[in-house]
Amino acid sequence: MIPRHLVIGVAILLAIALGMSLYAWRMRGHVDHSELSAANTQPVAPPVSGTTEQVTLYIAYDDAGVLRPKPVRIPLPAGRQERAAEVLRALLNLYLDKFSPHPLGAGSEIRDVYLVDPGLAVIDINAAFADGHRSGVLVEELTVVSLVQTLSANIPGITRVKILVEGNERDTLAGHADLSNFYEVPAISQIVAQLQNAQ
Amino acid sequence: MRWSNPRGSVAPASGRLWRGRRVPAVGALLTFASAIFAASALLLSAAPEEKHVSIFSTAANYTLPVLERNGDEYVGLLEVFEPLGSVSAKANGSHWKFRYNDVESEFITGKTRARIRGTDFDLPSDFLLENRRGLVPLSCLGTLLPRILGGPVTFNPNSRRLFIGNVAVHFTAQVSTVTPPKLVINFTAPVNPMIATEPGELRMVFTHEALVAPGSQVLTFDSEVIPSATFQENNGAAELVISASVPLIANFSHDGRSITIEQPPQAAAAVQPPPQITAAGPTPSLPSPAPAAPAPVRRYFAVVDPSHGGEERGASLSDQLEEKDVTLAFARRLRQELELRGLATLLLRDGDSTLSLDQRASLTNSARPAIYICVHAASQGNGLRVYSALVPSGIENHGPFLSWDAGQTAFQPLSRSVGTILVTELQNKQIPARSLIAPLRPLNNITATALALELAPPTTNVSQLNSPAYQLLIAGAVAAGLADVRDNLEAGR
Repeated sequence: MIPRHLVIGVAILLAIALGMSLYAWRMRGHVDHSELSAANTQPVAPPVSGTTEQVTLYIAYDDAGVLRPKPVRIPLPAGRQERAAEVLRALLNLYLDKFSPHPLGAGSEIRDVYLVDPGLAVIDINAAFADGHRSGVLVEELTVVSLVQTLSANIPGITRVKILVEGNERDTLAGHADLSNFYEVPAISQIVAQLQNAQ
Repeated sequence: MRWSNPRGSVAPASGRLWRGRRVPAVGALLTFASAIFAASALLLSAAPEEKHVSIFSTAANYTLPVLERNGDEYVGLLEVFEPLGSVSAKANGSHWKFRYNDVESEFITGKTRARIRGTDFDLPSDFLLENRRGLVPLSCLGTLLPRILGGPVTFNPNSRRLFIGNVAVHFTAQVSTVTPPKLVINFTAPVNPMIATEPGELRMVFTHEALVAPGSQVLTFDSEVIPSATFQENNGAAELVISASVPLIANFSHDGRSITIEQPPQAAAAVQPPPQITAAGPTPSLPSPAPAAPAPVRRYFAVVDPSHGGEERGASLSDQLEEKDVTLAFARRLRQELELRGLATLLLRDGDSTLSLDQRASLTNSARPAIYICVHAASQGNGLRVYSALVPSGIENHGPFLSWDAGQTAFQPLSRSVGTILVTELQNKQIPARSLIAPLRPLNNITATALALELAPPTTNVSQLNSPAYQLLIAGAVAAGLADVRDNLEAGR
């Protein structure tokens, strides 16, 4: 005959073990989910410190199909190339915001910006940017023109821009906007002028 | 040191090749190659012709592929109705619910019994579901379509031509008595056949016209030069074969409503009776007959390019609406509206086929149209956006040789001004419209006036993009705008 107090003790221990297992299981799922969403949506920004400077971002608004300049203050590094990348990342952060006027796909990122003399800038975006981009002539044009105009307006001396995806050439952004050619800044400024008037 | 003189080592090897043990190996190789060649030739010669069904209606004329399944001919039901109105389909296990406008139907995979408008309908063979696409036997279209459409339909299963409503195009043919004789064929609507000449005949194939047979399949004329014409129907197309004893050419007039078939000028001169020689002297010899002249290629006013297609689906506009389908439906309506105004129009794709951007540009540049229009669709915004090309700068054309990426350069001013005119025409009809420049291929590769149209829904309801009434409204306004600037566009060719 097993003593009664021993049976009760074993039962309590079993109940505690079961409860702890359930709690651990739930916590593990919660941590996985948090890590996944953080990894997918937030590009890792390099640490930038120091005084802030005013830059002009050319922001696309899907509702009206327009592009509008917006002055913002962001901390900028000293190097020209690093400044170029930071300006575009500031633009992208705005597009990845919950209340974005021109949403981009989760995980969209500017991998790097290369400034090649004389006057050529190469923007390297990641695959998630292009693969997750919405398809359409206007919606793709707004993205391309927003990137090129923001870059050329804030980094003097840029006359041509080339967009690469993961370091490679790609025919179109998402089936429409041509990425196979170089974008001339004067021609883009002409489109910007058109895109500032709503339909 | 064998590698230092390769020729020295090859020669003896070659000698052994023919004299020694390698002869059977070479023989076997040759036999194998011959067998491969013979099998390839057999397969190629036995390749069956692709089957089509053509559907003619007041909304659109279109051609669909016919599929062979279990020994029967099948066609996709969604594709049949898509150009005619608002369609949707939902697969739930073996059940496939189909909705056309407000008519609901239900089909079951592997069953012949279906329900249409709440009553039973028997198919001649089983209904099939492939990749959520419902297939019905082709032979049932003549009875199935009237049940769903609620109107008369005429279907000729042998020729695979289906007429919805009163859309038939009739014709009369008469040989004039003047010398040399001419065959004048008058049609009740503009036509645009493919024309081919062969020894002893001129063949006209009508794929997009609801041409129907005259009283008799064979028309005979009181002419030795053009004795007869035969009407045939096959694989979704109608064919008119003119037999003749001399080479013939065809000329279009009355905005495509008349075709005059006659001898080319040189051949006509060759068969003129020689002048009577009254004075003594050598008999003049007749000039040798002119070689058979090719039939003239009809010049298209417009090339309309429904963007995307096949594997390249374009944007997913909604769960059930893909850009490639909307562009095709709108392009067909635009062609119809342009041809109603007497503007001959070529559609770059008239089915779900894949064309690369370079192929689209090459086909258009070969056709030398007055204007190229590519059609896109989007769920954002509303109305119509009209784009002209952003031509990459820094690319130079050298004399007559044009850079592929800058072919549009010389036509840019006209393209932009026509775009502005179209926008004004649309705004006059209270349709929201906007003119923009866009980095959009193949606009910059086109050596003609070139525009892209991006069709957006009239409201926030994206399904309205596929509404026939909405598409017709926009297509009509675009066609009217282009008809207004026809002379400018023709001059800009």
